Amino acid sequence: MGKLNNQQVIQSLTSVFGEKISVPSEPYGFLTFETSADKIIEVLRFLKEDKDLKFNYLTDITGIHYPEQELSIGVIYHLHSLTNNVRVRIKVFIDGDAPHIPTATTLWEGANWMERETYDFFGVIFDGHPNLVRVLNVDDMTVFPMRREHPLEDPNRVDKKDYFFGR
Amino acid sequence: MSEVNLVEAPPGVEGSGFFATSMEKVVGLARSHSLWPLPFATSCCGIEFMATMGSHYDFARFGSERPSFSPRQADLLMVMGTIAKKMGPVLKQVYLQMAEPRWVIAVGACASSGGIFDTYSVMQGIDEIIPVDVYVPGCPPRPEAIIDGFNKIQELVKNESLRRRDSQEYKELLERYGIQ
Repeated sequence: MGKLNNQQVIQSLTSVFGEKISVPSEPYGFLTFETSADKIIEVLRFLKEDKDLKFNYLTDITGIHYPEQELSIGVIYHLHSLTNNVRVRIKVFIDGDAPHIPTATTLWEGANWMERETYDFFGVIFDGHPNLVRVLNVDDMTVFPMRREHPLEDPNRVDKKDYFFGR
Repeated sequence: MSEVNLVEAPPGVEGSGFFATSMEKVVGLARSHSLWPLPFATSCCGIEFMATMGSHYDFARFGSERPSFSPRQADLLMVMGTIAKKMGPVLKQVYLQMAEPRWVIAVGACASSGGIFDTYSVMQGIDEIIPVDVYVPGCPPRPEAIIDGFNKIQELVKNESLRRRDSQEYKELLERYGIQ
C-alpha cells in the first residue's frame, strides 16, 4: 500500500465537497483548509469514515479569536490518520456575537472535553453537546478569558499600576 | 554530646520552691515551641519547604517536630506556592477545618501577592480569602527565609493575648472574610 500524501487527501476532499471547502494550504507540510459551520460535521465524518483516508483520531479541538475579522471566532480541528500517519487541520470561522457550531461528540466521544474547554475559553457554543459547562476555570467566571477583549491581568490588582513605575 | 538548650523562663516572681508568672506567658511559651504546621505546598516554594524540613535545616528544632497533614490537629497553615482561583475554596476549607488558635504564613511571592502570575486564573494573594499573619518574600524564598518567617510566627504566638481570639476586633476580621 502506497503512503498517503497530502495531494491524495486534497483530491478526495475536493471531489466530494468541491467549493464547500477553501483552497488548502500546506504550511510546514501540514494540510490546512477552512470550511463552514454547516458543513463541518459532514467533512469530519467523511474524513473519519472514508476507507482510504481513515482520519480516525481527533487530536484536538481548540479556538482562536481575531477581533478585527467579520467572523471573529475560529474553531480548529486537528485530525490524525493513525494508519497513514497523515494529519489535517480544519478551521471554521463563525460569528463572534453568536458563536454556534454543531458538536463533534456525535463522531468522537473524546470531543466532549475538548469542546467544553473551547467553550470555557472562547465561549463557542457547540449545539448538541451533552454537557456544555466550564471545565478548567472557576464556575462563577463570567467572561471567556482567551478572547482578546478580556484583559489578561487581574483587574482587582492595584500594586502594578503604571504610576508606581513612573509610566 | 550536644548541649541541650532550654528556653528562658518568662519574667515572674521567684522564691524558694515557687515561681509565679501569668498564665498567658506560660501558654504562649508552650504554644510557640510546639507549633504543628500544616504544609499546603503547591509549587516550588513547597520544594524549598522540603529542604527546610530536611536534616540540614532541621525545621524540627523549633518545635514543629510533627508536620500535621490533617488540619484538625494543626496550629499553623503554611501556604507555599501559587494558589489558582479554583484552589481558593479548597484552601479556605482547610483553614476552616483548623481549630482555634490558628496562624497562617504565606510563603513566597505567589501566596503573598500572586507573584508573576498576574492572570485571570490565579488568586492575587491568599489574603483575598483567609487572614494571613506573616508573609515571607522571595521567589522562592530560601529555607533561611522560611525559618525566619516561622520565628516571626513564634514571636506572635508567644506574645498573643489569651483573649485575642474572643475579641471583637478578631471577630470582625473573620467576618470580613465571610468566616462564621
